[in-house]
Amino acid sequence: MSALMKTPVKQLPAGSEWTFEAIEEYDEAIGKVAARYKLDCYPHQLEVISAEQMMDAYASIGMPVYYHHWSFGKHFLATENRYKRGQMGLAYEIVINSDPCIAYLMDENTLPMQALVIAHAAYGHNSFFKGNHLFRQWTSADAIVDYLVFAKNYIAQCEERYGVEAVERLLDACHALTNVGVDRYKRSPQLSLEKETLRQKEREEYLQAQVNDLWRTLPPKAEAEEREVEKRFPPEPEENLLYFMEKNAPLLDPWQREVVRIVRKIGQYFYPQRQTQVMNEGWATYWHYTLLNTLYDEGQLNDGFMLEFLQSHTNVVYQPPYNSPYFSGINPYALGFAMWRDIRRICEEPTDEDRAWFPDIAGSNWRETFDFAMQNFKDESFVAQYLSPRLMREFRLFSVLDDDSRAKLEIEVIHDDNGYRELRHQLSEQYDLGSREPNIQVWNVDLRGDRSLTLRHFAHQRRPLGDSAATMLEHIAYLWGFTVRLERENAQGQMELVAEHKNEKRKRAASTNRP
Amino acid sequence: MTVRIVDRRFDSKNKSSVNRSRFIQRFKGQIRRAVSDAINKRGVRDLDNGEKIGIPGKDINEPQFEHGRGGVWETVRPGNDRFNRGDQVDRPPSGGGGGSGKGQAAQDGEGLDEFVFTLSKDEFLDIFFDEMALPNLVKQQLARIDQYRRIRAGFVQTGVPTNINLGRTMRGAAGRRIAIGGPYAAQLRALEAELKALRETLPAEAFDSSEEAERLRREIAKVRAKIEAMPFVDTFDLRYNNRVKIPQPTTQAVMFCLLDVSGSMDEERKSIAKRFFMLLYLFLNRNYERIEVVFIRHHTVASEVDEDDFFTSRETGGTVVSSALTLMHEIITARYPSNAWNIYGAQASDGDNWHDDSPKCRALLEGSILPLTQYFAYIEITDGPPQNLWEEYARLQEEKSGRFAMQRIANVADIYPVFRELFKKKQA
Repeated sequence: MSALMKTPVKQLPAGSEWTFEAIEEYDEAIGKVAARYKLDCYPHQLEVISAEQMMDAYASIGMPVYYHHWSFGKHFLATENRYKRGQMGLAYEIVINSDPCIAYLMDENTLPMQALVIAHAAYGHNSFFKGNHLFRQWTSADAIVDYLVFAKNYIAQCEERYGVEAVERLLDACHALTNVGVDRYKRSPQLSLEKETLRQKEREEYLQAQVNDLWRTLPPKAEAEEREVEKRFPPEPEENLLYFMEKNAPLLDPWQREVVRIVRKIGQYFYPQRQTQVMNEGWATYWHYTLLNTLYDEGQLNDGFMLEFLQSHTNVVYQPPYNSPYFSGINPYALGFAMWRDIRRICEEPTDEDRAWFPDIAGSNWRETFDFAMQNFKDESFVAQYLSPRLMREFRLFSVLDDDSRAKLEIEVIHDDNGYRELRHQLSEQYDLGSREPNIQVWNVDLRGDRSLTLRHFAHQRRPLGDSAATMLEHIAYLWGFTVRLERENAQGQMELVAEHKNEKRKRAASTNRP
Repeated sequence: MTVRIVDRRFDSKNKSSVNRSRFIQRFKGQIRRAVSDAINKRGVRDLDNGEKIGIPGKDINEPQFEHGRGGVWETVRPGNDRFNRGDQVDRPPSGGGGGSGKGQAAQDGEGLDEFVFTLSKDEFLDIFFDEMALPNLVKQQLARIDQYRRIRAGFVQTGVPTNINLGRTMRGAAGRRIAIGGPYAAQLRALEAELKALRETLPAEAFDSSEEAERLRREIAKVRAKIEAMPFVDTFDLRYNNRVKIPQPTTQAVMFCLLDVSGSMDEERKSIAKRFFMLLYLFLNRNYERIEVVFIRHHTVASEVDEDDFFTSRETGGTVVSSALTLMHEIITARYPSNAWNIYGAQASDGDNWHDDSPKCRALLEGSILPLTQYFAYIEITDGPPQNLWEEYARLQEEKSGRFAMQRIANVADIYPVFRELFKKKQA
């Protein structure tokens, strides 16, 4: 520190116009501070893009290459519209979890905004991607771009061969199932363009052979049938619907199976993002705030820079109260940022309450605590572990019980001594994808009969499915090729049919497939 | 270690354009309806813009399995300002406090009934054309300006011999010779000065036999040879006149829109007429620098009105078509001398006319109007049998086929055939 005080510090370029040199200087300065804080990042690359390209990137979930589909066009139009009306600044970050990590800088941004994005994305998100266990386990940062290239080319080929419409119909169905197309417990294997391409042909043939097994389960002899106890298929209920379709849908062509697989793989890649929004955005926000403030304290940034930076920062972490017209749920940036700050406070200046609630971390080394928390949790467990009473008071959290069998809502708990644990538990539940999304499983296939597929909805807290269920069945039936049913347990414990989609493709299939 | 900064701004721009056009393709039905509505709200002259389009949000939803309303929800909210544990609260009317499952997924437009986006001008015109069943070839022609003027645009280094610009070429050649020959010329001057000095210092015979003078002479000859070896005109010096084509709309046109507003012309017929006028305007706009539009509506009497009145007002009672033609002729004589204006007329009617007026109409057209106009198109918007006006005009069509066309239109898609007539004429 004393050495720093003696040598006069060089100011970073001021003003609002950015240049490549200025960006480079900022990146270097921010990188030095990040290194002092021991942030462990992938190497990164900054790409300067135009506003329109930024909208492109938004439309394709930030990925640099993607296959074509009308829904991305829809997202593009929606983004463009909001952007043109000025409702949305595009300034914020898009960053790709790849190695090297790619961060986009929009050319319309001012220099302070570029610095903010560099700190936020290229150091904040980047270190999160590299450290957090979900990303380490589920995504292969070095292979994703290659895989997307493979996917794009493969789907383009399919469009050429089978027509845009056929591919679009299939993608519609697959997209509808992406949320129920992830493995929650198994680890996905490493993806690599080379391997994928090499094995893809092989897989096509092999999978088709596997499916034919489904046909072969028809018993060869009538007597055998009598003796055999009715076997369930699938033997265990399957929650990954896309996976089930890829492996078992009897009538899909090999290329269709491959497309299902592609959508499933990409969905799986984004699964960790959905589970770590609060942590990840909070982490990146915490670090841009900390890194730039450190630079300011050292005299490298001027006041004008700080004012612009703080204004953007404040906008991002604003949490409107429940009764505000701007309220749309809890702002993950606000909650995440507050939690990381709070953790540091607990480490550095713990109160008695903190000592009682967090005996492990109160007074500990904050950087070590940070890394442990960043690496080992997801939103659900992060909130369950680290949300402090003090923060609950600060956010003035309360919980509302909405039971449709009662006439009124009830305020269940508020931020007081009796409520902290329950509040924290409830908020943590809210981030549990398992309870946020309905639990639907492949229950049974009528192997001996009409090959119809039965899905079962396990309602949590009596919550029904939304209106989209009928459309969803249509998509599932399209993939399955036969009738699809959706049932659920009613209050009396009996199964009742929620929806059914009849689909008989068998005649056509029978004439072509069977001898 | 410095960071890698890549400038991608000039890379592939419209990366989403494929997705965008797929979106438009997929929802063509809905978008077309929205475009239809937009056209009804627009002016005839106002086709050169994009359009903000809204289509029903439910049509374009991408479904996912999600929770519906009902059951038991416990939701954590921020900003408690008055509640205590156990308080009973009325349900908010819209149910905004309910499904927490929507909290995060709502970013892209929860609760929006309409999905609103902006069609570009091209996309808009594409659908506009599509609705009128224009074949692709014509669409391209409409979207293209096909008259060009060639103007001079500096000089280039390649071209055909007729375009060689001598002045520029010679100037270039001289410049090159000066640039390349300069050192030699200086050398030459020095050598000659030396030789001259030698001659002045030596007696004549000594000078002639002097080795030094001989050497200088040889040097001078060598340098001269070098200077002469320089081409007078090199291909490098050639400059050609450059001419570029620029689109050239020709002069000016006036377009008369004649609309029957009698009681039988309902909204739908007017809308068909409007589309026809728009198409005509668009077509003329590609060919003329300046276009004026005159709106004449008529029932038993005709009047010149502005566009708003033209399409919105509706009268009852009889129809005297000739009144409009008479007015058109008056306006032409008063304001648009046919030697200075290209005059186009388009008349839309349901064909119903005062019985003995129709022959008069034909006479008016034949005698006064057609000689002054480039083209006159009559569209009869009806699905019934032809009326007397049609029959009268039909005779005209035979005699004046180059300048007059007529067509019956039952719905929007029929508009095009009339139009085709216009094109035939233009291309001939």
